[in-house]
Amino acid sequence: MGLAVNLELKHTVLCIRLDGELDHHTADMLRSQVEEYLRKHTVNHIVLNLEGLSFMDSSGLGVILGRYKQIKSQNGEMVVCAISPAVKRLFEMSGLFKIIRLEEDEELALQALGVA
Amino acid sequence: MRNEMKIQFSALSQNESFARVTVAAFIAQIDPTVDELTEIKTVVSEAVTNAIIHGYENKATGMVYIEAAIEEDTIHLTIRDEGMGIRDLDQARQPLYTSKPELERSGMGFTIMENFMDSVEVISEPSYGTTIHLTKYLTKNKALCN
Repeated sequence: MGLAVNLELKHTVLCIRLDGELDHHTADMLRSQVEEYLRKHTVNHIVLNLEGLSFMDSSGLGVILGRYKQIKSQNGEMVVCAISPAVKRLFEMSGLFKIIRLEEDEELALQALGVA
Repeated sequence: MRNEMKIQFSALSQNESFARVTVAAFIAQIDPTVDELTEIKTVVSEAVTNAIIHGYENKATGMVYIEAAIEEDTIHLTIRDEGMGIRDLDQARQPLYTSKPELERSGMGFTIMENFMDSVEVISEPSYGTTIHLTKYLTKNKALCN
């Protein structure tokens, strides 16, 4: 099982929806897809929706932190939503939840960014 | 009774999923909880990813070796590569330390292994490779209910 990446621009917020497994193999693919999208479109903020994610390891933490830094460097924000208890444990272990904002679902994440 | 299995495969990132799913299928027979199964899959993924990225530096000619054994409620895993080895083990095991920040590595691999397993032993020799021994005792609270 791989990873399906769905990208949708809502106003200037890029919604990244992941379905499947995020590991080292699929993280590289996710990184290049998002980077290409950011080059071609005007994006102010990112919402990362992990509702469909069935597995994640530390490579996932790395790629998420990488996109956070990327959008932060353009004065944007990133909100992560719909994370499972297993993924939440990894976020807590790495301290990522201290710098990345978490919301229940995509709608609340968009609201938090002033969209929707 | 001790029950063992061994697999070996090319150091290719597309085999990471194969490795964790195969180990999970093997240990499923001693009835772990869903959380325990997730923990095992995650640590296998961490160790195999380390072997591929750090041990072999993404050279697919290398092989990764996994041995798994179950004995009562205990799981023993050995994940080994014959790659370049780790020069400074203490540094490598520090949370958030990574030798490859340019690859967006989080530096959490060993920390996750230590959190999810009951024991983690790393043996590494420069230019000979790295062997990681992992042990986990399953909680068998459900058996007490009978």
